[in-house]
Amino acid sequence: MTDIGIDQAEPYEAQIGDYFELLKPGVMRLVVFTAFVGMMVAPVAVHPVIGFACLLFVAIGAGASGALNMWWDADIDRIMKRTVGRPIPSGRVSPEVALQLGLWLSVVSVAMLGLFGNYLAAGLLAFTIFFYAVVYSMWLKRLTPQNIVIGGAAGAFPPMIGWAIATGGVSLESVLMFALIFMWTPPHFWALSLFMNEDYTRAGVPMMTVARGRPYTRKLILAYALLLAPVALALAFTSIGGWVYFTTAVVMNVVFVWGAFQISRTAEANAEAEKYKYEKKYFVYSIFYLFAHFLALLVDALLDAVELAPAFPVMF
Amino acid sequence: MALGREDHELHKRRKNGNLWIGGILGGFVLLVFTVTVVKLSSGQMIEGFDHAVRPSITVNDK
Repeated sequence: MTDIGIDQAEPYEAQIGDYFELLKPGVMRLVVFTAFVGMMVAPVAVHPVIGFACLLFVAIGAGASGALNMWWDADIDRIMKRTVGRPIPSGRVSPEVALQLGLWLSVVSVAMLGLFGNYLAAGLLAFTIFFYAVVYSMWLKRLTPQNIVIGGAAGAFPPMIGWAIATGGVSLESVLMFALIFMWTPPHFWALSLFMNEDYTRAGVPMMTVARGRPYTRKLILAYALLLAPVALALAFTSIGGWVYFTTAVVMNVVFVWGAFQISRTAEANAEAEKYKYEKKYFVYSIFYLFAHFLALLVDALLDAVELAPAFPVMF
Repeated sequence: MALGREDHELHKRRKNGNLWIGGILGGFVLLVFTVTVVKLSSGQMIEGFDHAVRPSITVNDK
């Protein structure tokens, strides 16, 4: 005899960690970091408490869009190896709960950022959530191989939001920070899709590798790496640039373009024989690339704050 | 054998979840309070125009 019914097989009850996983903590980290840098390099100082509170709600807003994305993509997440362990396909959180969590956190994050920061920053956050959840996830992702080219805008807004929190406006510097992430996104995700192509094919997501094949995608990675380099270097010659950023950008972009050149020349049979080792390395390097650029901006801003930054030409 | 409700794993998990939610709500209240104190002490405008001119929100040219 059992004492009460709950000793029998119970349905799994979602834990706090499962809900946190819905918010895509990995993406959240990058969002918080780039928004933090955008705020720190801005010419207007933000009170640390206000800055912390605003960044917290930027992170929650990013998490909300992640939950909405997981709710919408639950069907294809079940098919893809990379995503099958996510909270919805693994049955730990129901799609309805994910949708509710995403919607509520969207409303709360935008409202609180408007109150703690300003309405422009809140508006940009609202647009980012809309862009990621609706424009990218619901519309573009399953429609066109240009999905991540256009959808990349969603990931590019955080430094602009950080800048807007501090200044209440948009300027060339924040537009260039946006452009840096926007141009970086395609080669980053195409490198991933080169070795995850089977996943995307099975799920019917028309990534460039699925729609136009790997050899064509390899050439596009090189094209975008070449387009990205001048954008990255242009930031050095704005008011937020400096020697640290300039040096970092030169080194990182030379390596990034060279890597893309190697990828463009790699024959498919060779890549497959080596289990896409080089493409995987390039994907990891691309994450380091973006992190290093924003870290360098932060270092230049700190050097500037303590008046240790050597003079650097401002051209834009 | 666990007979009481309190000892059951399910209740431990629920209690843990409730503590988390309580902590998050408490943190939110603390955050709103702290931000309010900072905004007020840094002398930011807290009165907005509400369809009636009041002396406290008009610019004194004298």
